[in-house]
Amino acid sequence: MSATVETSPVAAAPRATPKRRRTGGFWRRVARHVMRDKLALLCTVILALIALSAIFAPWIAPADPYKTSMMRRLLPPLSPGYILGTDELGRDMLSRLLYGGRVSLAMGISPVILATLIGGALGVTAGYFGRHVNMAIMRVVDVFYAFPSVLLAVAMAGVLGAGLFNSLISLTLVFIPPIARVAEAVTTQVRNQDYVEAARATGASAPRIIVQHVLANVTGPIMTYASSLVSIAIIISSGLSFLGLGAAPPIADWGLMLNTLRQAIYVAPINAVLPGVMIFAASVSFNLLSDSLRTAMDVRA
Amino acid sequence: MPHDPVVEVSDLSVRFVNRDLDLQVVDGVSFSLAAGEVLCLLGESGSGKSVTMRALLRLLPDYARIGGKIRLAGKDVTTMTDRQLEAVRGPVGAMIFQEPMTALDPVFTIGTQISETIVSHEGVSYREARKRSLELLEMVQIPSAERRLDSYPHELSGGLRQRAMIALALSCRPSLLLADEPTTALDATVQIQILLLIRSLQRELGMATIFVTHDIGVACEVADRVSVMYAGRFVETGPVADVIGRPGHPYTAGLLRSTVHAESRGQLLESIPGGPPDLADLPVGCSFGPRCSQHHAACDAGVPAMVPIGEGRMARCLRPLLATAEAA
Repeated sequence: MSATVETSPVAAAPRATPKRRRTGGFWRRVARHVMRDKLALLCTVILALIALSAIFAPWIAPADPYKTSMMRRLLPPLSPGYILGTDELGRDMLSRLLYGGRVSLAMGISPVILATLIGGALGVTAGYFGRHVNMAIMRVVDVFYAFPSVLLAVAMAGVLGAGLFNSLISLTLVFIPPIARVAEAVTTQVRNQDYVEAARATGASAPRIIVQHVLANVTGPIMTYASSLVSIAIIISSGLSFLGLGAAPPIADWGLMLNTLRQAIYVAPINAVLPGVMIFAASVSFNLLSDSLRTAMDVRA
Repeated sequence: MPHDPVVEVSDLSVRFVNRDLDLQVVDGVSFSLAAGEVLCLLGESGSGKSVTMRALLRLLPDYARIGGKIRLAGKDVTTMTDRQLEAVRGPVGAMIFQEPMTALDPVFTIGTQISETIVSHEGVSYREARKRSLELLEMVQIPSAERRLDSYPHELSGGLRQRAMIALALSCRPSLLLADEPTTALDATVQIQILLLIRSLQRELGMATIFVTHDIGVACEVADRVSVMYAGRFVETGPVADVIGRPGHPYTAGLLRSTVHAESRGQLLESIPGGPPDLADLPVGCSFGPRCSQHHAACDAGVPAMVPIGEGRMARCLRPLLATAEAA
C-alpha cells in the first residue's frame, strides 16, 4: 500500500486543467466508505468508546475496581454512588467494566496481530514457493485446523496452565491455521496473475515482485479476514476466563465477571448480564466493522 | 549501427517438458528484425506464436526448454543470468499484454506502476519518474493525463487501460516492442485506435515491433512483414502485401479464404478441413499435409524446408502456390 501520492501537482503544464477532485489516498477512500455506512459508523463509535474508556480507565473510573465492601453487595444499577451497581463482593460494576475492557480488548487484538504475522508469513511462503514448501507448511497447519477452535484453545490453555499470558499463546496458536490458509490461497491466486508476469516483463526481480506486487495484493484480504477474527478472539478469551483458564480473580475481566456473577443471576439479573452485554457489543461491533472494511478496502469494487 | 538487426533469431525451438510429456511447441523458427520494422506473427491458437514471442524475453514457465539462438540488440538472451535478463526486460524489449485488466496491478495507481518501473531501471528520483510518467500518458494520448496518473486500473475503460499498459511498456524506451494480441480484449471501435496508436508510436520511436495476432485484418493494418505459423513452425514469411495478396503456402491461402472481408458478403465462408494437429503426435512430413488440398506423396517424406518463393519471401512447401500459378 505504498501509494505515495504527491500532493503538489506536477510542475504545472501550460494547459493544466483546473484543479479537479483528486481521487485521494487509499485510506481516505476507506474512511469515506465507512463513514457512509451508518451501521459501520455506529460500530466505530462503540469501539472507540470502549477503547477510550479502557485506555483512560484509571482516570475516569469512579471507584477502585478492586475495593470490596460486604455492606454494599449486589446493589442494583442507579444506586447512589454506584451508577451500574455493585458485584457480588461489593465492587463498583462500572469501574470493573471499564477496567475489564482493557483485558478484553488486549486479548481480542493481540493474539490476532501475532497470528496474522506468523500465519501470514507461513501462508505467503507456502503460496509463493508452492510444491514441497507448500506441502510441508500447509499439512502441518491442517493438523491444527482439524480441531474446533474453542476446543483447541481450551486444550492449549489447559496444558499451559491458567493465566492471561498462556491464554494469549493458545489463542495465537488457534488463529494461525485459518490465517495461514487464507494467506496461502490468496498468494497462489496472485502469483498466477498477469500483472506478476507483466512485472517480470518490465524487468522486476523475484524479491521485488514478492514485496511489491504479492504482498500489496495479499495484505488486504488477509487483514480483512484477520479483523473478523478479533470478535471471535474476544469471545474465546472471555470463554477461557469464564472457565477459569484465562484471567484469574480478582482481575477485572468481562468473562471472569460473567462467571462470578452467574450465581447472582436471580438476585441481581441486570448486574449479571452487564459483562455479557459488553462482550456482545464489542464482538458484534468488531464483526460488523470488519465487514464494512472488507468492502471498503477492495479497490476493485 | 542502423544495419544491426534488433532481433536475430536462428533455429529457435521451445519444448515444454514435464514428467510425462515432451512437447515441441516451437520448432526451427528463424527471423531477424531491424529497428523500425514491424513483424506480425499470424496463426491459430496453439500455433506457437505467443511462445515464440515470450521466448525472446525468456518469459516462459520453468518447464520450457529453449534451444537455438536469440540475440537482442547484439546480446545473446539464451545464456543470460536472471540479473542480466532483468536489465534487458524493459529497456531493450518490452511487452504489451492481451488483457489490460489483469496485466495492471489493481492495488497501485497507474502513475505509481509506471514510476516504479522507471525508478528501478534508471535510478532517477520519484519526482522525476512521475514527470516522465505524465509525459508517457500524454504520449499514448490519454485525456486529462495528470488526473489519470492517480487513477487505479479499474477506474479506466478498457481502451484507456490498454493505453496505460502501452505507456508502461514504453517507460524505459525499449528498442523492441512485443505485443501479444493487444487488441483482442477490446471493443471493435477501440481496437483500431489502439492499433493506429501502436503503429504511430512505433514509427515515431523507431522501435522494432513484433505483433502476435490471429486477426489478418490487424496484420494488414500494422505489419511490414508477416510470418504465418502452423504447428510451431513458420510456414510462410514475406512482405505483408505479397503474402496477403498472393499467398504462397496452401495454409495461408486457406486462412485467407476463411476470413470475413468485404467481398465475402452473401457467400459461405470456406474453412480448412480438419483441425490443427496434436503437437504430441505431429504427422510425418509436412504438418499441414493431412489438411492440404495440394497434398502429394512427396509431402510425407519429411518436413519441407523453407524455400525462397520470391522477393523476400519464403514458404515451407514443396509445391508453393506461386510456383504452380506461374507455371500454368
